[in-house]
Amino acid sequence: MSILDNLRGIGARVVNAVWRIGYASRFFLMTLLYSGMSFRRFRLTVREIFFSGVMSLIIILVAGMFVGMVLGLQGYETLKRYGSESALGSLVALSLVRELGPVLAALLFASRAGSAMTAEIGLMKATEQIAAMELMAVNPIARVVAPRFWAGVISMPLLAAMFSAMGVFGGYVVGVVLIGVDEGSFWSQMQGAVDFQHDVLNGVIKSLVFGVAVTVISLFEGYDSPPTAEGVSGATTRTVVQSSLAILMLDFILTAFMFRGD
Amino acid sequence: MERTTLDLWVGMFVVAGLGALVLLAFKVGNLSTYNVSDTYQLQAYFTNIGGLKPQASIKSAGVLVGRVTGVTLDTERYEAKVTMSIDSRYKFPKDTFANILTSGLLGEQYIGLVPGGDSEVLKGSDVVKQTQSAIVLEDMIGKFLYSKAESGNAK
Repeated sequence: MSILDNLRGIGARVVNAVWRIGYASRFFLMTLLYSGMSFRRFRLTVREIFFSGVMSLIIILVAGMFVGMVLGLQGYETLKRYGSESALGSLVALSLVRELGPVLAALLFASRAGSAMTAEIGLMKATEQIAAMELMAVNPIARVVAPRFWAGVISMPLLAAMFSAMGVFGGYVVGVVLIGVDEGSFWSQMQGAVDFQHDVLNGVIKSLVFGVAVTVISLFEGYDSPPTAEGVSGATTRTVVQSSLAILMLDFILTAFMFRGD
Repeated sequence: MERTTLDLWVGMFVVAGLGALVLLAFKVGNLSTYNVSDTYQLQAYFTNIGGLKPQASIKSAGVLVGRVTGVTLDTERYEAKVTMSIDSRYKFPKDTFANILTSGLLGEQYIGLVPGGDSEVLKGSDVVKQTQSAIVLEDMIGKFLYSKAESGNAK
């Protein structure tokens, strides 16, 4: 009897998960469909860029600086063994522009801005503001969800670029200013190794994809959360966990497509 | 519709983000070294190109004069056909040598152009006749062992 119950439980979970995936896909399509208002009344999107992008600036810049400094230190220790400290610049820049910039910026964005979005929308739902909008014939997806989505998609590449630039600066501070790697070879090796199209643009594409994934997950979790205090807190946790996993998995897939072969 | 301080912050954010992108493109990346000036194409056939790849640099007297744009196998000659795009500021004589060289012991491979003395210059889609293939370490070791064995037999 209890085995049967367990089986039923597993089945119900699987069905529920597939159901949610379908609902999330429809939610994503509706968001794209009702995006008109976020551009006609761009003020709405600008407000959300302020809350998700500008407010994440400090954490992104500080984290980028420290990641770059750690890369400078660790890279120097390893490269010193092979007598190629001058390659420090290309090591720091390539790892930041290709991987660490987009991925870490997206992870920070998910936990700083994504969780806030989920909590905000979940609470709007719990206090029946969403239902009130529908009563007033205001489409909540066009008015609440879509501007937040586009704000995230616009902010993410800019934040990732700032993260990478700050990281390169951090690597420069540790490598050149503190340790004393030759400044000329630091920059020239970096410019020799980093290709604009292959590295910088691919990093921007990655961060765009992460921006879409993180905001869709956060908004959907908020929109779908049970309208209770417990439900909102659970949705916020799920946002951070699922966005982080989605970022890392997407990163693998994108890297496999972008940097395979030569 | 009036301006608000929020707009200012968002504007600063966007400007800083785009600034970071420009910085990545020019200071970190190689966009500044891409020659936007005109180029012309040259071809060269090599029996072995070693590890030469597209985007490898082409140097003459150590100065960067162009980039490799394509590497294909010519099935009529069974030789590697390398397409090079050279900055049109630089003209090379018809009897220029194209050698595949290595920067440092383990460095990247590049093409070195050694100009000859011909008065005519190479034009677009010409073929560089004299080429020298990449030096493959295994071949060199093989030759060395072979010559060692021969000199050992002679004694």
